[in-house]
Amino acid sequence: MAFRHIGTSPERVEDAALLTGRGRFIDDLPVPPGALHAAILRSPHPHAEIRGISAEEALALPGVAAVVTGLDVKALTRPFLVSVRSPIEHYPIAVDRARYVGEPVAVVLARDRYVAEDALELIEVDYAPLPVAVDPIAALEDDAPVLHAANGSNLVSDRSFDYGEVDAAFAAADHKVSIKTVYPRSLASPVECFGMIADYDPHEDVYDVLTHFQGPYAIQPVMAMALQVPSSRLRIRTPPDSGGSFGVKQGVAPYAVLMAVAARIAKRPVKWIEDRMEHLTAAGSATNRVTKLEAAVMADGKVTALRWDQIEDVGAYLKAPEPATLYRMHACMTGAYDIPNLAIRNRVVVTNKTPTGLNRGFGGPQVFFPLEQLMRKIGRVVGRDPLGIIRRNLVRPSRMPYTTPSGGIFDSGDYGALVEQALLEGNFADLEETRSRARHAGKLYGIGYAACVEPTISNMGYITTVLSPEERERAGPKGGAQANATVSVDPLGGVSVSIASTPQGQGHKTVIRQVVAEALGIAPEAVRVNAELDTARDAWSIASGNYSCRFAGAVAGAAWRAANELKTRLARIAAAKFDVPAELLDFRDGKIIHRENTNIGIDFKRLAGESHWAAATLPKDLPQALSVTEFWSPEVLQPPDNDDRINGSAAYGFIFDFCGVEIDRATGHVKIDRYISAHDAGRLLHPAMADGQTQGGFAHGLGAALMEELAYDKDGAFLSASLADYPMPTACEVPTLKIVHRETPSPVTPLGAKGIGEGATMSAPVCLANAVADALGLEQVDLPLRPAKIAALIEARGL
Amino acid sequence: MKPAAFDYLRAESLGEALDALTQYGEDARVIAGGQSLGPMLNMRLSAPAVLVDIMGLPELDRIEFSDDGAMAAAGATQARFMGRLELRRAQPLLHEAMPWIGHVQTRSRGTVCGSLANADPAAELPLLLAVVGGAAIAQSSSGQRAIPATDFFLGMFETALQPDELLLAVKFNAPTPGAGVAFREVAERHGDFAIVAAAAAADADGVTLGFGGLDDRPHVTRFDGLNKADAKQAVTDLAAGLNPQSDPKADATYRRRLARELGLEVVLKAMERRHAV
Repeated sequence: MAFRHIGTSPERVEDAALLTGRGRFIDDLPVPPGALHAAILRSPHPHAEIRGISAEEALALPGVAAVVTGLDVKALTRPFLVSVRSPIEHYPIAVDRARYVGEPVAVVLARDRYVAEDALELIEVDYAPLPVAVDPIAALEDDAPVLHAANGSNLVSDRSFDYGEVDAAFAAADHKVSIKTVYPRSLASPVECFGMIADYDPHEDVYDVLTHFQGPYAIQPVMAMALQVPSSRLRIRTPPDSGGSFGVKQGVAPYAVLMAVAARIAKRPVKWIEDRMEHLTAAGSATNRVTKLEAAVMADGKVTALRWDQIEDVGAYLKAPEPATLYRMHACMTGAYDIPNLAIRNRVVVTNKTPTGLNRGFGGPQVFFPLEQLMRKIGRVVGRDPLGIIRRNLVRPSRMPYTTPSGGIFDSGDYGALVEQALLEGNFADLEETRSRARHAGKLYGIGYAACVEPTISNMGYITTVLSPEERERAGPKGGAQANATVSVDPLGGVSVSIASTPQGQGHKTVIRQVVAEALGIAPEAVRVNAELDTARDAWSIASGNYSCRFAGAVAGAAWRAANELKTRLARIAAAKFDVPAELLDFRDGKIIHRENTNIGIDFKRLAGESHWAAATLPKDLPQALSVTEFWSPEVLQPPDNDDRINGSAAYGFIFDFCGVEIDRATGHVKIDRYISAHDAGRLLHPAMADGQTQGGFAHGLGAALMEELAYDKDGAFLSASLADYPMPTACEVPTLKIVHRETPSPVTPLGAKGIGEGATMSAPVCLANAVADALGLEQVDLPLRPAKIAALIEARGL
Repeated sequence: MKPAAFDYLRAESLGEALDALTQYGEDARVIAGGQSLGPMLNMRLSAPAVLVDIMGLPELDRIEFSDDGAMAAAGATQARFMGRLELRRAQPLLHEAMPWIGHVQTRSRGTVCGSLANADPAAELPLLLAVVGGAAIAQSSSGQRAIPATDFFLGMFETALQPDELLLAVKFNAPTPGAGVAFREVAERHGDFAIVAAAAAADADGVTLGFGGLDDRPHVTRFDGLNKADAKQAVTDLAAGLNPQSDPKADATYRRRLARELGLEVVLKAMERRHAV
């Protein structure tokens, strides 16, 4: 396909407003008359019984309208539904026990936020502190304090999977190489924190929440069930702009329920804006994970089997859609490698920490951190360079589409070719020379690598892999992922598009313009895109929203299909008008023109307006050409089979990173000398945005690698509640990348595009860790690689 | 993150500001650039009854250079002070170190005196004043006094200023003729407070070495008659005897290491930079 607009990088239609301060974010929007402002009292204890709450003094403060407690909320809601059968009850606020620092305990509703915060100081809570379970391994011990008595222990799920002939492969292996890693907690922490305006209409029994909830909208029914209404009576609307999310704004869901109930209790609309300390403490977190990984390896470095033992710490509650962080990667636990035998044990444990949720990379960093460190270690064991081990094991192009042992279907790509292209374009030969020279000069210099697959467009059924086949059968099989777009023509022939995609700054409107203009042969300026979502008025489904790299492949694909369907209908109307075959009509330059006789033609605007102005004259047997809504779900996304095989995502991109770092011997600082990030994300719809995603994903990966950790002490106290204690990289700390692209169109998605939004978030943590380990001559290192930790390693090794 | 209620007084004259401090004492806080106080108010770590804003007083927006050194009055921003061409000659250590203070944005509002009065033990300006010497000029409605730099910092966020006193100006002594200076700090990110900062001034008689970030106030040592050959041993011994604070960012061992490494680096550099007069 030769495209005019797709694959070019026009200026973003979003930028003019954003760069001039005219964005319309949730806190910029007007509040309804009589709205109250909420402030949340949060538990200072990691684990404590709540014996009583006294709010009289707070209620007496002028300007305070109500104080809502856990018991009030419990009376009007049901606990959130979770994916795992377990007796754990989770409300959006602590009811009789607080289980993490920052858990909501009471909500003050007042005339403004200042008064609401004054009132927080007047509420007295009678806490009885309880012993804590902070470390996930300790939380599994017999004598560990149990968070949820009804569950009997802190273990909420324990499933084992066996694909292929794992024991036989280990018995036949020349080497068994293993690694144990502890992956820390981090948070992508967007620049705009959570916010919402909630209301309740008692006459129709309808909750209405205006919030930048990013999806997946599978959580909408979870919220509706908690509020005890059908989905149609929980209206979620999104503001025009959302200031970043990176998965994190999935976490507004419990707060939306909390504020919706608060509005019902107060009989007034309620506005709540989360502040940065609340955000870092309680918005969510990527999961921390303890992993043991073992490989069966032949003498030449070929890996024949992997055995995973993963212990996933989801914090105090299993918050929907968890344990999705663990299961999202289930289909690609052999990474980018052709490894036929695979065993996995997955345990999910609750601890006295903030509940986890979506976070850029979503399970990828936790998997590639042990896997790619293991590949490096295999090289040391068999006496080969890590790059040789990667090359030896990559899935070869002749194997595409490649089915992984656990059921993933890698749709396309020549992984080896991208590796070689990256090494060439990234001047790997010079990097090796640089390392030699630096080491001769007595410097600590290391090279790291990471090869990863990037799953895109999640199968809404993958999370059910956590259930046994019998449990799945009882619940009814789940699979697929509906994306949708609506393309309409207006009476003057203009084109409007709406998508159920909830962007947070990515530039979806720009790309959809390109795609629809391409299909209809009109100028992108003639297309107006609305990316706001209103569940009461717009088309949507449970996969709606913006996560797991689904936009380019699924949403832009749905818009492409909708625009093409509209084009087909317009062509048939034109064909009837001119009495020519529709197949001979071309759409280009804003006209519909007969391919062989250019005297036959009509302006797009004129033709498009006819279904409005002259409906009576259109042939009766033709469908209208006013508006087309297309839903698209990839056929490759099926429910898990009876052997627990699941294709977790519709398409899989490939990432290969390598880097050179120098460590300051005196201070332990890591200086990134160069970093090369290579991607095959299928067809690139807007290459400049793809580069932007890559640079941004790298910044998040760098933060997780070098500085960020949501840290708790052994008593469960939270240590990272401000940006002074939770350093995130700024422009000064993020080097410019060398970005390499290779485009292998996906056969699965309508436009051949795959996602690229998580990208180096998955690869950079382990790539940098491998480079630091190389520089220090270590087998492996833990994150984050803060200077004090590295200095201690330097001292311990006498370097 | 909303402050508790307070009264706001934008002083129309120095006298009005001083009267307010006399009247409200401990219940008043002076606000200048507000780059530290603003967040502390929002987090309710500070909850004064009255905030006295001195940024509307043109007489406090003074910066002076002379043979005796450099002077910044209470309203002088860090950006204006370090932007003055005279600074390089008048006080080369400040010239070298001030770009390490925060960010362009914070320096454009933050004041020299405000940072000193705030007395954050990891901030650069308290360390610099302690190393180069000078005086804090304290003014109250009952009079003025000069507090020597050595007596000004009493602890974390604690100075010798009385509740009714405004830090009217700070004077940095001029360097000894021929002296060499050097500064280095380690922070996790550009613009962060230092984990450890080191500043040295070397003259013909010896070296003054100061550290920020180690203790509850700047830690200054004078090495009389130090020569280059002995510098390593002297700094290593000094660092080994330190008992710095530990926090999640950096433990005491790491801070001692930085004191040793950065201390030696700035001492040697300052000695090399000495020049004949």
